[in-house]
Amino acid sequence: MSNKSKKFLVPGITAVVMVFIVILAKLDILNNYYQTILMTICINVIMSASLNIVNGYMGEFSCGHGGFMAVGAYVSSLLSLIFFCPGNSITGHALLPPGSAVFLFPVVILLGGLASMVVSLLVAIPSFKTRDDYLAIVTIATNFIITTSLNNIPVVGESRGLMGMKSTLSQMNNVVDLPWSLIWGMIFAALTVYAIHRIMTSTLGQGISAIRYDEISAEIMSVNTNKMKLIAFTFSSGLAGIAGGLFAHMLGFINPASFGIMKSTESLVMVYLGGMGSLSGSVLSAFIFTILLELLRPAQIFKWVIIPLMLILIMQFRPEGIMGTRELPQVFPKLKKLFPVNLNIVRRTESSDTGGAL
Amino acid sequence: MLSYLAQNIINALQWGSFYSMIALGYCLVYGVLRLINFAHGDIFMTSCYIAFFVITGLTAHFSGITGAALFAITLVATMALTALLGVVIERVAYRPLREKGANRLYVVITALMIGFILENGNLAFLGASSRRFPDIIPKLIWKVGPVTVTNLKVIVIVSAFVVFGVLQFIVQKTTLGMSMRAISYDKFAIPLMGIPVNKVITFTFAIGSALAAIAGILFGMSYQVMDPYMGMIIGWKAFIAAVVGGIGDIRGAFLGGFMLGIIEILVTAFLPSSYKDLVSFIILLIILTCKPTGFFGIAKSTKI
Amino acid sequence: MSDTAVLEINHLTHRFGGLEALTDINVNLRKGEIAGLIGPNGAGKTTVFNLVSGFYVPTEGDILFKGKRINGLKPHVIASMQIGRTFQNIRLWSDMTVLENICISQQYRLSYNVADAFFGTKRFKSEEKKIHEEAWTLLEKFNLADKALDYPRNLPYGVQRRVEIARALSLNPDLLMLDEPAAGLSTSDLADLISYIRWIHDTFGVTIWMIEHQMQVIMTLCDYIQVINFGKEIARGTPEEIQTDQNVIKAYLGNGEID
Repeated sequence: MSNKSKKFLVPGITAVVMVFIVILAKLDILNNYYQTILMTICINVIMSASLNIVNGYMGEFSCGHGGFMAVGAYVSSLLSLIFFCPGNSITGHALLPPGSAVFLFPVVILLGGLASMVVSLLVAIPSFKTRDDYLAIVTIATNFIITTSLNNIPVVGESRGLMGMKSTLSQMNNVVDLPWSLIWGMIFAALTVYAIHRIMTSTLGQGISAIRYDEISAEIMSVNTNKMKLIAFTFSSGLAGIAGGLFAHMLGFINPASFGIMKSTESLVMVYLGGMGSLSGSVLSAFIFTILLELLRPAQIFKWVIIPLMLILIMQFRPEGIMGTRELPQVFPKLKKLFPVNLNIVRRTESSDTGGAL
Repeated sequence: MLSYLAQNIINALQWGSFYSMIALGYCLVYGVLRLINFAHGDIFMTSCYIAFFVITGLTAHFSGITGAALFAITLVATMALTALLGVVIERVAYRPLREKGANRLYVVITALMIGFILENGNLAFLGASSRRFPDIIPKLIWKVGPVTVTNLKVIVIVSAFVVFGVLQFIVQKTTLGMSMRAISYDKFAIPLMGIPVNKVITFTFAIGSALAAIAGILFGMSYQVMDPYMGMIIGWKAFIAAVVGGIGDIRGAFLGGFMLGIIEILVTAFLPSSYKDLVSFIILLIILTCKPTGFFGIAKSTKI
Repeated sequence: MSDTAVLEINHLTHRFGGLEALTDINVNLRKGEIAGLIGPNGAGKTTVFNLVSGFYVPTEGDILFKGKRINGLKPHVIASMQIGRTFQNIRLWSDMTVLENICISQQYRLSYNVADAFFGTKRFKSEEKKIHEEAWTLLEKFNLADKALDYPRNLPYGVQRRVEIARALSLNPDLLMLDEPAAGLSTSDLADLISYIRWIHDTFGVTIWMIEHQMQVIMTLCDYIQVINFGKEIARGTPEEIQTDQNVIKAYLGNGEID
């Protein structure tokens, strides 16, 4: 297979798998329970991979990821309710024809992500001057500020929460009957992984990783570290906001309590389990974590003793996580055949200049 | 109006005393190990439950013990048991990482997780029903001018000062304290000076946890509501207090606790109580952005 | 102010709180020179470098690079004005390949943004290609091309040093500041280092400013040398003049009689 057409191999396979899953869902072979698990995996992939940008690639310690998820969840839910849901608790009627949800749903989700990006400035800007423990505290404080603020805003139902988002999904079903929640979940998860890979392996994105290894020498090498931190935090939070929007529509109900420090801890566990700076690690650990949580469901509250214990054991015995800083193709070299060769890093021979595009 | 304010200030001093005492515990451990022991607030919560069970056990088997005697025995027993808890946590969770030379990040995460285990373990083993801390000593109420003061309020506020005083003495005037301060400067050269680092660290955790226990018992006696998550939010606030004062300096932690107590009570006096936490955290954010080292803290510069 | 002055430092005094680390330091580096900055440990040499790099803002005095005052500019801005710098201990990015270490230095002239990277626009692709090609060219010049995809931690110390200097040169600098380039090298490597630095000077035409303790390196390479002690300049001149200067000898060896 030529190098150029290999570009489409993995995306192609992904698309086929997604279509296959949708078909299984439509035929009800994948019932609601399994669909929910798949959706949760997708949301966790986004949360885990996005937190990895800040905690893994950049080597900071952000403990407030749940807060940014909350912003996205609430903003997209509000927009969704106002625009698509007849009889919603805020405006009483839908401001747009409900059927338009089919096209505008992703827009609403993206707007939730955008809102998270703005709120993340609360953390991004202090990060220019603070590091380590102090930045951790800033992130946790921000998480609390977000949840306690939400607890005090009447229009979103304060601590009682917000509901009715499922109505948007039914409006979409009225137009075309498909498992929309699952479809958009998978699409956004795939796009997240793609985006992170593209951006973090570019020379621009590598500036972010340089900060982790040695911030001083990054500055000496003309890396604008403040700009890098801004990009990392906003990108990471924006993705968390998208995950929040998907989460809100999947559940149909959200309240501030579900985005507190426990939620942030889930993302922390996934990042450190997978390996700091490993994208495939965070995807893998999202899968493992979600399934583990499901298997532990009978244990109820003990679940939340076991998960912290897991992380403690990881810290003790394998702090680098499953993948360390490596990616899957490095661990299983045969996988390299699936991806196109990056011609930029191929050694040029004396006589030829391969000169092809990426 | 004046009496309203004065009453609130007394309440604030009481409330702030708890923040102070817990903040001092944070400060102690951070001062020595540069570790923010996120589990500290939950150790405070656990001590409250330990006290509860000690009292229940004592009153069930020795119905003759009441009042000051009961209080004294409970205090000693709870402090001892909580100190033991702190030491065990240090030995089992933090020390192995320290000896491996692990990144501080891993220890902080471990601390956070220990906190969760204490909270959820409590919930899992003891159930969700909230308990009521028993009355130990009879309440005496005095009216000083327009203000109502109970003996308990006085005990709490006095305890905070006593604890601070004792701690200042230990840290400044004893060999143990000197060792603690030395370790905070250089953990590697210190063992070469003949200081038993592990012993000193064990002592630090023991003292810090015992302090949390004092706060735990007094808190139970003052407000009587117990729930597994009470340590989390109070722990965080006390931590804010320590940072505001300047983490690493116990004078800062002490003053920071009272400052936060006053701020919070004043907020509740004039705004809906649900704003209390919000205001505290916003203050934390502002201080961390403008003066990250707090009031008494010393800025640390890294050599390039 | 001379036309050929690359770096000019006028009456630089710097205090850290109450401590005066540098007093009235003056430097004038002309284009194409190899200059040395020496002095006993703790004299303040690295502080001078750090001030030029922009890590501190000078308390008093001016630092002019190519005629432009750079006091108070951020380090990455100063780096983008094309000053290269190395450190005493090797500060390569350990989990990135040698090639990546070189490419990242091109951050200052990146014209694409995050969206370009995501969508893979023409601008992104052509710029990545250009950056990598220039990196390869540089590595080939340094005879490091076969190590391009290795990780620095797997390379011998001497090779890592070369990579670090190559990285500094990828900024295409007019001034190259080397902080103790001979640190950690064995005596046999010193001769290699000397010819290496001379090669860099001749090939790239760059002005070199060096802090060094190894007298062999300094005396062989430098056109002229400044000596500082306790933050003050105590001597300046050619290597021959410095070697016989009484103040310098006293600073390094103390006041005792030398028989």
